[in-house]
Amino acid sequence: MSHTDDDRAKSDGGVPSTDESPFDTVSDIQRSRWDRYHLALETSVFAPARIAWSDRRARVGAGICLFYFLMGTVGVVLVEPPAVNEGPTMLRPFVNWEYPLGTNNIGEGLMGRIIHATPPMLKMIGSGAVFTTGLAVLIGTVSGYKGGTTDRLLTTFTDILLTIPGLPLVIVVAVVLEPQNPYLVGIVLSVNAWAGLARKIRSQVLTLREEAYVEASRIMGIPTRRIITEDLIPNLMPYISVNFVQTGKNIIFASVGLYFLGILPFSTPNWGVMMNLAYTTGASLYTWQTAHWLIIPMVTIIGLSLGLILLAQGMDRLFNPRARARHSEAIADEEASAGTETN
Amino acid sequence: MGKDGIGTYGIGSHYRKRGELLKILTMTNRILNRVGRAIFTGFAVVTLTFGMIRLMPGGPLDYMKGQLLQNNPDMSQEEVNNVVQSYVNVNPEAPIYAQYIEYLTGVATGDLGQSVYYQESVSVIIADALPWTVFVMTMSIGLMFGLAIVVGALMGYAEGSKFDVASSVMGIVLTSIPYYVAAVLLVYVLGFQWGWFPTGGRMASDTTVGLNVPFIAGIFYHAALPIASVVLTGFGGWAIDMRGNSIRVLGEDYLRVARLRGLPPKRIALRYVGRNAILPMYTAVLIGIGFVFGGSVILEEIFSYHGVGYYMFQAISSRDYPLMMGAFLVITLAVVVAVFIADLTYHKVDPRAGGMNRESY
Repeated sequence: MSHTDDDRAKSDGGVPSTDESPFDTVSDIQRSRWDRYHLALETSVFAPARIAWSDRRARVGAGICLFYFLMGTVGVVLVEPPAVNEGPTMLRPFVNWEYPLGTNNIGEGLMGRIIHATPPMLKMIGSGAVFTTGLAVLIGTVSGYKGGTTDRLLTTFTDILLTIPGLPLVIVVAVVLEPQNPYLVGIVLSVNAWAGLARKIRSQVLTLREEAYVEASRIMGIPTRRIITEDLIPNLMPYISVNFVQTGKNIIFASVGLYFLGILPFSTPNWGVMMNLAYTTGASLYTWQTAHWLIIPMVTIIGLSLGLILLAQGMDRLFNPRARARHSEAIADEEASAGTETN
Repeated sequence: MGKDGIGTYGIGSHYRKRGELLKILTMTNRILNRVGRAIFTGFAVVTLTFGMIRLMPGGPLDYMKGQLLQNNPDMSQEEVNNVVQSYVNVNPEAPIYAQYIEYLTGVATGDLGQSVYYQESVSVIIADALPWTVFVMTMSIGLMFGLAIVVGALMGYAEGSKFDVASSVMGIVLTSIPYYVAAVLLVYVLGFQWGWFPTGGRMASDTTVGLNVPFIAGIFYHAALPIASVVLTGFGGWAIDMRGNSIRVLGEDYLRVARLRGLPPKRIALRYVGRNAILPMYTAVLIGIGFVFGGSVILEEIFSYHGVGYYMFQAISSRDYPLMMGAFLVITLAVVVAVFIADLTYHKVDPRAGGMNRESY
C-alpha cells in the first residue's frame, strides 16, 4: 500500500509533458525481479521480525527457542548418544564433567538423553503446530467469510469439537491408533486443538469481511478463494503466527503428559518418557538422591515452553497498530531512499 | 430490541409490554437454541464413542474377541459374542444400525456395559467417581478464575508499577509449567518428602461420609494438592489476559464520562471496568472447562485420586475398553453440561449477546 501512495506522490509532483497521454506514461521506477523479492521479504518477514525484536520478551523467547533448535540439530552431532552403563549409576549433576547433568539408574548420561530427545520433540511440535494452524485458518476464514449455511455448518462442527475435552479424546485416539512416527504423533495430539483457534480466526474475519477493499474485490467478481488468500489471510498473519507459537506450547504440554502417563508407545526418546521412568522406578520418590533424574527433564520442558510463551507474548506487539505504523514508515523511508539511489 | 433504548421513553405502556414480550421471546429462543446444541453435541459424542468402539479395525471389539478366544480356546463363536455383548453392550453379529440403536438405548438408560478389569458395572464405578472429579475441577476452575480476575485487574490498575512487572514475570513463568509437572513436584516434595499432605486417596480413612466436620476437612485436605497444581499453573496466563482487558477498558471514553459524572470509584471499578474487562474472558472459561476436566486423567493418576480420570487411566493400562469408553463419554458429557450452564449465564454478563444476522456471500 505504501508504494502505491509513493508512486502517486511522484506522478503528482512530476511535470508530465503536455502532448503525452497519461495512459502511455510508464513508471519511471524500474524494479528488477530481485528488488521485488527483496520488497516482499522486507514487508512480510523482516519488518514484523524487527517489530517483534524491539520487545525484550520476544528477544529472550527467540533466544531460548534458537537454543533448543541448535540442541536438536548441532547438539545431536556434538554429543554422543547415551549408552547403558557408560558411567556410574545415579551420579548427581555438576559433579563429574564427563556427565554434566548426572546419570540415571542404568548409568546413561542425562545430558545425552535430553539432547537426543530434542529432534523428535521438535518434529512433533512442528507437525502439530502446522496441522492445527493450517486447519484452523482454512475453516476459520471460510466460515467467517462465507457466512450463511456454510458458516452455520462449520461453526456447529467446530463447536462440537471444541466442547469435547482434548486430552481424553487424544488418549482414546492414541490408544486405538498407537502412533509411533513423531510427525503423526504431533497430528494426533492436535486432533481437536484447531477448533478453538478456528473460532478465534472466524471472529477476526467477521470484522475484516466488511472492509472496503474486501467489498471491492467481491464486486469485481474475484473468486472467494483468492479473496481469502490475498485479502484476508495476509491481514491475519500476525495473529496467526502468534497462535502458531502458542499451539507449539500446547503440543509440548500434551505430548509430554501422554508420554509421562505411558499412553503413547515409547518408540522415540522423549522428555516425558524420561520423567515417566524417573517417577515410576521403585522408591525413587522417597529419596532426594534421585531428584535430579526427575527434575532435569522437567526443567527442559519448562524452558522450552517458557521460550515459546515469551516469543508469543512479544510477537503480540505486531497487533499494536502504533508499533506497526512506526516500522512501516521506516520501510517506506528506506524504499524511497533506495528508489532515488537506483535512479 | 435494545434494553431501555431512549426511544421507549414516553411511548405508551402497550409498546413497552410488547418490548418486554419480545425480549422474553428472544431469550427463550436463545435458551432453546442452547439446549438443542447441547443435546446435539451429546448425541455426536455418543456416536463418536460408538464409532470408535465398533468401526476401528483391530479396535476394542476385535481385541476383546481375540482375548476371549485366546483364554478359552474351546469357546464357540456364539458364546464369545454373548460375552462380548454383556461387556460392551453391543452384539457384534447384529447389523451396524441395530448395534447403534442398541448402544444408544443402553447409554440413554445409563447402561454403559461391564468393566473387564473390575468385574463391575461401568455405570456403578463412574457414578461413585464422578462427584469427586466434579468437586475438584469446579473448585479449581472457580479459584483459578477468581484469582486471575482479581490479580489481573490489580495489575491493570497499577500498570507499569513494580507490582505489575513482578506479577507479569511470575505469571509468564507459572504459565510455562505444565500442570502435571507442578503436580509431580508438589506430591514429591510436600507429600513424599515432607509428609505435609496425603499422597493419595480422596478422603480421610477414619471418617464417615456425611455432613460432619472431620469428613469435610478430610475432603479438602486430600483435594488441596490437585487443586493447587491446577490453580497455580493456570491462573497466570488468564491474569495477564485480564490485565490487558482492564488496561484497554481503562482507556475508553465512557470511563472518562463516568468519572466526570462524579460516580463513586467503587461503582466505576465494578460496573464499568470489571464488567467490560471480564467479558472477553468468558470464552476462555468455556474452553478452560474442557481443558481442566480433560486434565483430570493425568492429575488424578498422579495423586491416586479415585475420580473418573483415574478410572479412565486404569482402564487404559489394563485394556479395559468398556470402562475406558464409559469414562470418556462421562467426562465429555460433564463438560457439555458445564459449558451449557456457563453459556446460559452469558446474557447476564453481556446483554448484547445473540441476535446477529449477517449477509452471506
